[in-house]
Amino acid sequence: MSKVFGSGNTACAMAVKDADVDFVAAYPITPQTAVAEKIAAYIAQGIMDANYLPVESEHSAASAIAAASAVGARVFTATASQGLLYMHEILHYAAGGRLPLVMANVNRAVNMPWCLYADHQDAVSQRDTGWIQLFAASNQEIYDSILLAFKVAEEVQIPVMINYDGFLVSHSMMPFETLDENKIKEYLPPYDPSWRLHPQWGGTFGNVTFSEQYVPYRESLTRDVKRAGELIIRCAREFEELTGRWHGGYFDVYRPEDASFFLLSMGSMGKEMELAVDLLRQEGIPAAGLRLRVFCPFPKEELSALLPTGTNLLVFDRNLVYGSAAGVLLQESRAALYDRRDEIRIAGISVGLGGEDLPASLLADKAREMIQEVKK
Amino acid sequence: MKIKDLSTLEYITPGTGACAGCPSTIGLRIIGKALGENAIGFLTPSCAVASMGLTPQTCYTFPALNICFASAGASAGGAAMALDALYRKGKLQGEKPVVFNWVGDGGTYDIGFQGLSGSAERNDDYIHFCYNNEAYSNTGNQRSGATPQFALTTTSPTGKEIGQKNMPLLMLEHRPPYVATASLAYPMDLYRKVEKAKNITGFRYIEIHMPCCTSWRFPAADTIKMSKLAVRTGAWLLWEGEYGKLTLNGVTASLAEGRRKPAPLENYLKPQGRFSTMFKSPDKDKHLAFIEYNIHRELEFMAGRAKLLK
Repeated sequence: MSKVFGSGNTACAMAVKDADVDFVAAYPITPQTAVAEKIAAYIAQGIMDANYLPVESEHSAASAIAAASAVGARVFTATASQGLLYMHEILHYAAGGRLPLVMANVNRAVNMPWCLYADHQDAVSQRDTGWIQLFAASNQEIYDSILLAFKVAEEVQIPVMINYDGFLVSHSMMPFETLDENKIKEYLPPYDPSWRLHPQWGGTFGNVTFSEQYVPYRESLTRDVKRAGELIIRCAREFEELTGRWHGGYFDVYRPEDASFFLLSMGSMGKEMELAVDLLRQEGIPAAGLRLRVFCPFPKEELSALLPTGTNLLVFDRNLVYGSAAGVLLQESRAALYDRRDEIRIAGISVGLGGEDLPASLLADKAREMIQEVKK
Repeated sequence: MKIKDLSTLEYITPGTGACAGCPSTIGLRIIGKALGENAIGFLTPSCAVASMGLTPQTCYTFPALNICFASAGASAGGAAMALDALYRKGKLQGEKPVVFNWVGDGGTYDIGFQGLSGSAERNDDYIHFCYNNEAYSNTGNQRSGATPQFALTTTSPTGKEIGQKNMPLLMLEHRPPYVATASLAYPMDLYRKVEKAKNITGFRYIEIHMPCCTSWRFPAADTIKMSKLAVRTGAWLLWEGEYGKLTLNGVTASLAEGRRKPAPLENYLKPQGRFSTMFKSPDKDKHLAFIEYNIHRELEFMAGRAKLLK
């Protein structure tokens, strides 16, 4: 174990280096670029034994790692924003093909107009691709989540996306700890695929289907995405036992004791929210923070379990469902808590779009506005 | 080597869903005999996928993965490079399989062009086969970048206004280790080129001309006859190139050197229903002369290109 002082992108690249990845394909895009650069440098320096394909587009990055996964390699790519949107076709393909890809997405606004800063529109737009999506809020959480992502992806054979906020996290320097090789081997054994595209295995993959074959494929994918939620928690617990590091289960919960107002958010905003909760508590408002770590599969039952009867859920979305009141988290929360609509009041807003600064004081202001709304 | 001496290995089992007279299946049979059993193939959406059989059945005996339409360059390149890593790291033992793409003109000339260009420039290690039937035959004959001028398709219902691009030459100008064109009418030339490509490392591109009786509308028994006429008229040129150095082959070389006269163009075009509107047009002679001029121009251009980089 060594202590590093580095950026979120460095934490990401170091985790990929340490995870015995065989193949990486990447295309540069702000604010992900340093990940693509650092991995290329590790391989050139001989401290990472992998092959690197510097592709000509994100569509090709995703296509390359999907095919590389099919021949049995442990694979990785990183992207952001438009790059993730350009991969969209392959995201569906890889999840349907049950290929355990791991990708880092450095959350950034989508055009038009152009904007380089933190925003979750890129990731939430991929909600229905069948990928597992996690959101990390610190450099340590990025490093640990990348290792967890390979473990989860390979066990359940579903691709995993690790999200972290552009610049706010990707370019922020923080201390983090890596993990020794023997501990990583214990936690993440070598990838042993159940099949390979290879003459020793044979077979044709991805043939045409009619609905009688197509439906069971889709049913098994949705069942296993759901199952992956429990697996994520199990792997996080296993990691805690090994390292003592714990970032939360489905949620990173802050000051839940006697709370009536639960402030739900994702990404770096969820960390800032802790300060907002402190401000509100100082005023005697019983607030708590819920930082969602597992966006897909959305933990419906677990969210409900955190909310006692008579409490309120205040949802902060860093994305927007156009024409709707707020964002995806609000919609998911309302759907999750529909059966308890008489017990739990919900309000939501979209904030922080395009990297809009979100100091704790502003989040506390927004919370107070929503408290007025739910009290009506 | 004679055709009867070729391996008995078959890449396609009987029962394929391909049309009668399908050139793609003939091509796959020949390349399979050259590539052998230690190979894996990638297929983009095309006739070769639509006719392979419904899950869980397949008509292919080689390990194959169906990939997305624009993915050929990156998927094959990524798989080949990942295999290199797996063998180097001892995660796989034995001889690395040959990686190949079996992709139509749509997946090569049009939607797959960017990925292939990037892949050729990087010199990724696989063979890209373009089976060029000069249209989107699988979806019912729509025009592609490989469709010739005046040909009727469902999206060029009065005849295509512009000619095809010279895709194999574009690939040659990436200066990869090997680029070749081939014809089903000259199977041993195709076989030789595949065998040559198989023993080269890096990006290799082989484009096979595939007269499609369904889209072009000629009798299913005439696939090879049309293939031969395409070469003898000069409408399809046979050549190969290494690192940008180009050599004309066989009939094409004879035509270029004037040792052989081109076959009459009408013999090739008239039996094709896709040119019926052109043949009925009052401008028929003008159009034929223009096609002939372009064939001559292309032959002269490629002969001139072959003289560069001796």
